[in-house]
Amino acid sequence: MPKIHRLARGVAVVGAGMSAFGVFAQKSSRDLFVEAFKDLRASVDQGLDPACIESLFIGNFSSDLFEHQGHLAPHLADAVGLTPRPATRVEDACASGGVALRQGVMAIAAGLADVVLVGGAERMTRLPTAEVTDTLATAGDTLFETPAGFTFPGFYAAMASAYMHQYGMKAEHLMHVAVKNHNNGAVNPKAQFGQTIADWMQGRITSARQKNKPVPAWADVLDFLHDEAANPTIAWPLRLFDCSPITDGAACLLLVAAERAGEFTDHPLHLIGSGQASDAPLHDRVSLTGLRAAQAAAHEAYRMAGVGPADVRIAEVHDCFTIAEVIATEDLGFFAPGTGYGMAEDGVTARDGARPINTSGGLKSKGHPVGASGVAQAVEVWKQLRGEAGARQVPGDVSLALTHNVGGTGNTAVVHIFERRA
Amino acid sequence: MSDRPFTAASFDLFLGEGRLMATRCTGCATLHLPPRAICPTCFGESLEWVETSGRGTLAAFTAIAIGPAAMQAAGYGRDNPYCSGIVALEEGVTISALILGVDARRPENIHIGQRLVVGFEPITGRTVLAFRPA
Repeated sequence: MPKIHRLARGVAVVGAGMSAFGVFAQKSSRDLFVEAFKDLRASVDQGLDPACIESLFIGNFSSDLFEHQGHLAPHLADAVGLTPRPATRVEDACASGGVALRQGVMAIAAGLADVVLVGGAERMTRLPTAEVTDTLATAGDTLFETPAGFTFPGFYAAMASAYMHQYGMKAEHLMHVAVKNHNNGAVNPKAQFGQTIADWMQGRITSARQKNKPVPAWADVLDFLHDEAANPTIAWPLRLFDCSPITDGAACLLLVAAERAGEFTDHPLHLIGSGQASDAPLHDRVSLTGLRAAQAAAHEAYRMAGVGPADVRIAEVHDCFTIAEVIATEDLGFFAPGTGYGMAEDGVTARDGARPINTSGGLKSKGHPVGASGVAQAVEVWKQLRGEAGARQVPGDVSLALTHNVGGTGNTAVVHIFERRA
Repeated sequence: MSDRPFTAASFDLFLGEGRLMATRCTGCATLHLPPRAICPTCFGESLEWVETSGRGTLAAFTAIAIGPAAMQAAGYGRDNPYCSGIVALEEGVTISALILGVDARRPENIHIGQRLVVGFEPITGRTVLAFRPA
């Protein structure tokens, strides 16, 4: 067994905030980050004097291509008045936010800073959809995967095909994941889709009536999701409602050395586990039904924290596609390989289930501004562990939570474990 | 067999000549596809080009309706989806490729495990690796 690495000193989260997630034609990533920063500032129980912040780590995948702005970190630092502090952009595709968080943890644990602002931002909707697809595809292997025609929905669809073949999952099992995550997003005021899929279906029916068009005769939500006209195939077996949307948004966290947490709040979250791993392109993997990097990152985080999967009360996992949530819950050890696909249908992963997954709505419903997603996952954990999640608060004592953030097809994975002790 | 450098450009040059080439570590004999310049098994730096059989089976696939710009330019789209897959060669290595000669409109008729043989397809001005049913 490799050595168990531990943080050289404790790290705590004492504030968290996010912008609204959605489509905002008039907001740059800078504007979104300012919005998230103001939300974070309001979340610090004893108030935050921003002058105490010593360093910034910003997760961002591709401001260069999405909004023709490189070198994002100092511009975001400047927008919130924090120059001349060091500001570093962190890029690991859709795991950029989670990896930025880990960099912030490392800076504090190493003693280079006591107070760190971790951010994530992505403005994606400025480009037409086809160009967004091409930009996201650069997170894959452009030499050996892109020529085969793979898109990101295509990669995850291929994983789904292998999973279905191996374990007998049907496309309908994935629809239950989408239904569950939209149920959660419907009670998250920051979510891109503040609607259940039933609301969505009803909206289509109402609209057809108002326009005197033929009223679709969907029997129920599953019938709606099986309708190719309402829920078209993007990359078989994945359809539109299996895919996270294109989103503009930002999120941020305030990390401090644990011994200074009391200056900010009496209810900090302690960051007790951090793990990260990498992997080859999808075609060069031992397994197509699990992500080795996620398994390795989880293993490292669990060992550092001294806890196991059974101790984790809630988790925000990287559901860029519905199949990704299924695979994530198996990679994290919540469910045995080949059994995760039935958990949404059975209610196990619902807010009131035994193992709530993606109470925020997940990437699927909350939205997926790629560089911000890993940070926004921790914002949800902050709210849930402090009992501040409002209508979507998980019942009972919630003191241990996990975030799981993936880049590319699992070329990067980063896992964090948070604990509330008071 | 060939003294071309162990790069993607060399791999593409071979594809243009109708050859699917892998690399083999001369130290530990591990075969790599795509080709590599350093062996991940033993970190050896001594490699050689090896031509593969071009025969394999389908390990995973999808039928893509919304493709990247290059595939749209080649005439693929919602009304004309295409199949991308991962192919496991007889030699035990795997690679991403276009899967041609199957009906991407009816993915239920495409099967994991079905036998495939390599092809070389000119798409958008370059030779792309493709496989067809054997």
